[in-house]
Amino acid sequence: MALLQLSEPGQSAAPHQHKLAAGIDLGTTNSLVASVRSAEAETLPDAEGRHRLPSVVRYLEDGVVVGHAAKAEAVSDPLNTIVSAKRLLGRGVEDIKSLGERLPYEFRQDHTAVPRIHTVGGDVTPVEVSAEILKTLTQQAEQTLGGELTGVVITVPAYFDDAQRQATKDAAKLAGLNVLRLLNEPTAAAVAYGLDSGSDGIHAIYDLGGGTFDISILRLNRGVFEVLSTGGDSALGGDDFDQVVAEWIMQQAGIQDDAGHAMLRRLMRDACAAKEALTESETAEIKLELDDGSHWDGSLSRETFNQLVEPLIRKTLGPCRRALRDAGLGADEIEDVVMVGGSTRVLRVREMVGEFFGAEPLTSIDPDRVVAVGAAIQADVLAGNKPDGEMLLLDVNPLSLGIETMGGLVEKIIPRNTTIPVARAQEFTTFKDGQTALAVHVLQGEREMVSDCRSLARFELRGIPPMVAGAAHIRVTFSVDADGLLHVEAEEKSSGVKTGIEVKPSYGLTDNEIEGMLRDSIDYAQKDLEARRLREEQVEAERVIEALQSALNSDGDRLLNAEERQQVETQLARLVEIARADDHIQIKREIEALEKVCEFYVERRMNASVTQAMSGHSVEEFE
Amino acid sequence: MLDFSKNYFELFGMPVAYVIDAADLAERYRDLQRVVHPDRFASASEQERRLSMQGSILINEAFQTLKDPMLRARYLLSLHGVEMGDGKGATQDMGFLMEQMELREALAEAKDQADPFAVLSTILSGIDQRTKGLVAQLTEQFESATPEQLAAAREIVLKMQFLQKIHQDAEALEAELEDAL
Repeated sequence: MALLQLSEPGQSAAPHQHKLAAGIDLGTTNSLVASVRSAEAETLPDAEGRHRLPSVVRYLEDGVVVGHAAKAEAVSDPLNTIVSAKRLLGRGVEDIKSLGERLPYEFRQDHTAVPRIHTVGGDVTPVEVSAEILKTLTQQAEQTLGGELTGVVITVPAYFDDAQRQATKDAAKLAGLNVLRLLNEPTAAAVAYGLDSGSDGIHAIYDLGGGTFDISILRLNRGVFEVLSTGGDSALGGDDFDQVVAEWIMQQAGIQDDAGHAMLRRLMRDACAAKEALTESETAEIKLELDDGSHWDGSLSRETFNQLVEPLIRKTLGPCRRALRDAGLGADEIEDVVMVGGSTRVLRVREMVGEFFGAEPLTSIDPDRVVAVGAAIQADVLAGNKPDGEMLLLDVNPLSLGIETMGGLVEKIIPRNTTIPVARAQEFTTFKDGQTALAVHVLQGEREMVSDCRSLARFELRGIPPMVAGAAHIRVTFSVDADGLLHVEAEEKSSGVKTGIEVKPSYGLTDNEIEGMLRDSIDYAQKDLEARRLREEQVEAERVIEALQSALNSDGDRLLNAEERQQVETQLARLVEIARADDHIQIKREIEALEKVCEFYVERRMNASVTQAMSGHSVEEFE
Repeated sequence: MLDFSKNYFELFGMPVAYVIDAADLAERYRDLQRVVHPDRFASASEQERRLSMQGSILINEAFQTLKDPMLRARYLLSLHGVEMGDGKGATQDMGFLMEQMELREALAEAKDQADPFAVLSTILSGIDQRTKGLVAQLTEQFESATPEQLAAAREIVLKMQFLQKIHQDAEALEAELEDAL
C-alpha cells in the first residue's frame, strides 16, 4: 500500500496556494476577462494593452481570426465575419427571423435544432463562434497571469433562458474551460459596486448592453447579495439603437431595403459611430460610402436621436415596473440605480431611468468593465481563494418553468423570481391501460398558452411498469441549479422504478453533437481527447483527495471513530495511487468508490456545519 | 444530505410556532446558506456539490414556507396532521363569500373606470387589510392548537388562498394595463 502523506494537524494538507481564476464577460459587442491579483480585481489586457476584445470572429479557409483583426474586416467580408453571435445563442432559425433582424449571414439548418452559419471555413454554430471568443480571452488571461486557469466564471444576461444558458456552457466546454459558475450580469455588477461601497440596502441594477437588457432588484446585507427579482428582454440593446439610426439614415439617403450585405454593415457601423458621438456632442456628422463609391453626407442632432431611441428606452421601463412589483417594492424604496453596459452611455437612457427610479444613476465604475470585475471577484471566491469570505450570492430564476397540460395550456411548476437552487416535484399518471411511456413538454415563460411560451425540451419517460390506467404514479422532479440550468428526474412511486429520461432540447446541441464538435476540431484529435479525459479525471481526483485530506485534518478525529477513519483512509490511499497511473476509466471508478465510502462522513460534516451555524444564533440571543 | 427528519422550524433552530420574527428568520436563512450553498462547494468533489445543492434547495424551500404567513400556516397544520386537501373544500362562511364576489366584480369593472390604477390600488390594499386580519386570527388559533382551533385555522387558510388568488389577478391586470400605456 502506498504511503499516504498526511500533514500535521492544524496544517492544511496542501499548502494554501492562490488558484488562478478569471471572470469572463462574454458580451454581444465586446468581451472582457478579469482576475483578482494582489487582492484587486482588474480587467486583463492583450499583448497590445487592449482590454476590450470585440466579439467578432472571422472564418478563413484555413483558420480563424478573433477580435480586432476580425472586426476590421467585418465590412469587407460580411459573410464570413460573425458579429453579435450572442444574439443567436440558444435560438432556432425561426426565432432569429422573428427578432426581425437584418443579419448578413447565410443560415443552414439541416438535421439539427441549432442554426449553422455558412462560411468559407465551413458551417459554424453560434456556440462554436462563442467558443472561439472564450479561447482567445483565456489565452489573453493565461499570458498575463502566467499560468493555467483552474476555473472561470462566465456572465450571462439575467434574463437568459435555459437554452441560452446551456449554449453558453456548451461554448465553454468546447473551449476546454472549467466553468465554476454562470453568473448573472447585473449580479456581477452589484458585486463590483457592493464591495466598493460596502453599503447595505436595496439597489436596482439597470444593465443595457449591446444586445440584451436586464433589470435586477437586490438586497445587500453583510456580504450576502440577495436578488429579489429580475426582468428584462434578451433581445433588446444598443444594436437596436444602431438599427433605428441606420433606418433613419436609409430614409434620409434614399437607400432601399434590399441593400447588400456590405452596405448594411457600413450603415450599422456609421450609425453606431453617430450614436457614440452624441454622448459628447450635440450633433453627429455622418459620411456614408455608397455602393458606387460616392458619399452621402448628413448630420443627426441629439434631439432627433433622442426621439428615435425613446420608444426603445420606454420598452425597458416595463420590465423595471414588473421587477419592482415582483420584489414587492415601490420605486421610492430603491436606494440607488447602478448603470451597467455600454448603452447606458446614451444620455437619454440615464435621464429616463433616473426619472423612473427617482434617483441619480450610479456610473462611477466603467460600465463596460464592471461586469467582468464582479465576475472575477466571484471566480476568486469559488476557486477557494477566500475560504473565510463573507460574500454569498443568492440569485433567482428569471422566467417561470412549466409543463404542457391538456388543451395546449401551461401549468407553472416553478414561478419566476424563485431563489435558486430550487426543486419542485409534479406527479403524473397514465391514461391508458398498460401504458409504459409518457411525454412531458417543458416550457419557459409567463403566458398561459404553450404557443406563447418558449419550448425548452421534450422528455420521454420510459420503462413505466404496465398497470391499469391511472394506477402509475410518476413523480417528476424539476430542479434549477445555481447556474440557472434545468434538470429533470423521474420515478415511478409504487414500484420504485426510476424512469429513463430522453432529453430532446428544442434549441440546443445534444451531448453527441458537442462530442462530435470536440472530435472534429483540430485542437482535439482522438489522442488529445484521451489525454484530455485523463487530465480531467486527474484534476477531479486531486480535488477529491485534497478536500478529503483537509476535512480529515480539521474534524476527522471528532466525527469519525477509529474504524471508520481506517476505512476512509484505506480507500483514499487507493485513489492516491491510481491517480498516478494513466487509466482515466479506473481513476473515475476509484473516485466513485471513495465517494461511496465517504458518503456518511460528508453528510456528518454538512450537518455539523449547519448545527454550528445555528448554535451561533442561540448564543447571540442569550448575550 | 441535511437531516431530513428535522422539520423546517428545527432546521432554522426556531420554536415550532406560528408567530415568527421575520428579521431573525432571514438572518438564520442567510447564515445557513453561507455554509451550505453550492458556491461554497464550487471547487469541491462532485458528491459534495450534489449534497450542497440538495441542502441549499431544502433551505430555500423552508425559508419560502416559513416567511409567508399563509404557507407557514399550511405547514404548521400539516405538522399537526391537518391537510388542506386539493383546495376544493371551499369555505362555508357566507359573509366572506359575498365579500369575495364583490371584490371579483370590482376587479372585473376596474378596467373600464376613469382611473383604473386608483381602483386597483384600492382593491389591493383592501385585500392586504383583510389578509392582515386573518393572520391575527390565525395567531390566536395556533396558540393552544386544540383540534377545534386547528379546524378553524384550516378554514382561515382557505380564505387566505382565495384572497391570494384575487391579489395575483389584480396584479396581473395592473401589469397588463401598464404594458398597454
